[in-house]
Amino acid sequence: MKITDIISALDLKVISGKSGLSNEATGGYVSDLLSDVIGNSKEGQIWITLQTHQNIIAVASLKDISAIIIVKGFIPEADTIEKSNTENIPVLGTDLDTFNITGRLFELLKKE
Amino acid sequence: MQFSHKIAGGDFSKAGNVASAVKKVLRQMNIDHSVSKRVVIALYEGEVNVVAHAYSGVIDVDIDETRIKITISDKGPGIADIDQAMEEGYSTASPKVRENGFGAGMGLSNMRKNSDAMRISSVPGEGTIVEITNYTKPDPEKNMIIEDLGREPFVKELR
Repeated sequence: MKITDIISALDLKVISGKSGLSNEATGGYVSDLLSDVIGNSKEGQIWITLQTHQNIIAVASLKDISAIIIVKGFIPEADTIEKSNTENIPVLGTDLDTFNITGRLFELLKKE
Repeated sequence: MQFSHKIAGGDFSKAGNVASAVKKVLRQMNIDHSVSKRVVIALYEGEVNVVAHAYSGVIDVDIDETRIKITISDKGPGIADIDQAMEEGYSTASPKVRENGFGAGMGLSNMRKNSDAMRISSVPGEGTIVEITNYTKPDPEKNMIIEDLGREPFVKELR
């Protein structure tokens, strides 16, 4: 499913990385530990996390993550936003917590 | 092809830059995607280890047709007990490092899983050298052998 379709279905806010909005999401991964994401996420997945610092973009870029969803209305730091724009990785925001946004994303991708 | 990068301890803003640069080089060289993915994971973890634990480090990358060899040498506290450090979940990271989602104690084990050969030597109080090698041709047979060696795929060299 396209990131743009997921954004409208889940009412996500586009924070940065607009040039990557046509990315295709192949699934999702949920973790706040960067080593876990580096070791276990798969190419094309959407990553749901509460981390907001710029290292999440480095990890997402290395793993070819399709987009990052930041939970609970957290605002990423300025350098995170800047890096996501240069790496073309969309950073999306939701006011929901990890449990609820993950459930909704799972239901949405399950329909595919 | 050989090149080196210097990294500064404690500077998390640049963590991953070397891995990112190497990823681009491997892509340009048309290295098999399944190979470069593992190299990049192992290198990223090594880079983060230097940033999180050491004062400074040098990453030497050496690529030929058969293999990618990366040597990460740091000046730092060193590792007193390598077996313990290799255990998944064991970490000496500071609370500040953990708050940023690092320090889960998976770095060295991720490096082991994502390299075909790994060697560590360390002198407590001086520094650590980690060398990882990945072969450019993923040979199913060889991969099986590597998996068989999975229990002991790294050589410890305590000087």
